[in-house]
Amino acid sequence: MGGGARDNVTTIWEGTKAAWPICLGYFPAGLAFGVIAQKAGLSPMEIGLMSLVVFAGSSQFIAVSMLASGAGILPIVLTTFTVNLRNMLMSSVLAFQLRGVKKRWISLFAYGITDESFAVNLNAFRSRDWDWRRALMVNHVSNLSWVGSTILGGYGSKFVPQGSFGIDYALVAMLLCLLALQLRNGLDLLVGAISGVLAVLISLVLPGGACVIIASVIAATLGLVFRKKGRSSREAGS
Amino acid sequence: MRTGPNLLGLIVLMGVVTYLPRWFPLVFLSGRQLPLWLREWLDFVPVAILSALLLPVLLGAGDLRHLNLLRPELIVAVPTFVFAIKTRSLGGTVLLGMAFFWLAGRLLR
Repeated sequence: MGGGARDNVTTIWEGTKAAWPICLGYFPAGLAFGVIAQKAGLSPMEIGLMSLVVFAGSSQFIAVSMLASGAGILPIVLTTFTVNLRNMLMSSVLAFQLRGVKKRWISLFAYGITDESFAVNLNAFRSRDWDWRRALMVNHVSNLSWVGSTILGGYGSKFVPQGSFGIDYALVAMLLCLLALQLRNGLDLLVGAISGVLAVLISLVLPGGACVIIASVIAATLGLVFRKKGRSSREAGS
Repeated sequence: MRTGPNLLGLIVLMGVVTYLPRWFPLVFLSGRQLPLWLREWLDFVPVAILSALLLPVLLGAGDLRHLNLLRPELIVAVPTFVFAIKTRSLGGTVLLGMAFFWLAGRLLR
């Protein structure tokens, strides 16, 4: 089964190659989370456990700051749920790419869906020869870098190079590129612009993560309407 | 400060509420043929989500409660985005964005 082994090596290599920019982005964010969580009273063990079980950056930041301000379990869990509800949308999009994959692998795959792994994998599925094994690899390499960097941060701020080499911008730059990769035509650009502006406006009145999901749903629906309109006017013209 | 079983319970509950929204659509939708309108709608979702995640961060909308167009985050985003469109390289964009941001921090200070 030499071919199978070589296949596995290729899968691991290609998945890791696709995931390294995510790791670069997660690393400073993970360190920062570790430091904040440690200040809120969590041990490195507990920090690692939370990162492993929850694996949701923004939710973890919010949860720890709520913990530090003495919030109860229920409000924290509800906030976590709202902030991460957008994963339902991403998971729905990825479902199309994972048709025919066994349920247990799908269940494992679901664990690793984040904003970043979602966009990287979706782009790979759309633009090159990509399969669920490589995608799963992307998820887990990213997960490893998140768990590891949060634990490291939990050992203290001495490991955190504050603001050096623009490392705080890594995650933003990554999202910028992932957005650029999604823009295929003018309609995509329009939907993105609407969604972004809506998210900003909604975030002014509604704190927390709800703005992302509300803005996305409205903008995607408008995109569908625009596409229908474009089609019917083209049909009327011809 | 909450620690011990209380914290463990919180972590488990957070794990459940983050896992279920990731798991349910994947398992429920991956086995069936979706109607065209739904596939077209889902097609717009990635660009919408990424943009909705980014723009509030670039404008500092969450923290400041008022918009500021001269934030280094936003200024640096322009050349970084152009580079991303031209090269389509994720790793390159991350490194270049970091370099620009670092430079902006030195120049604007």
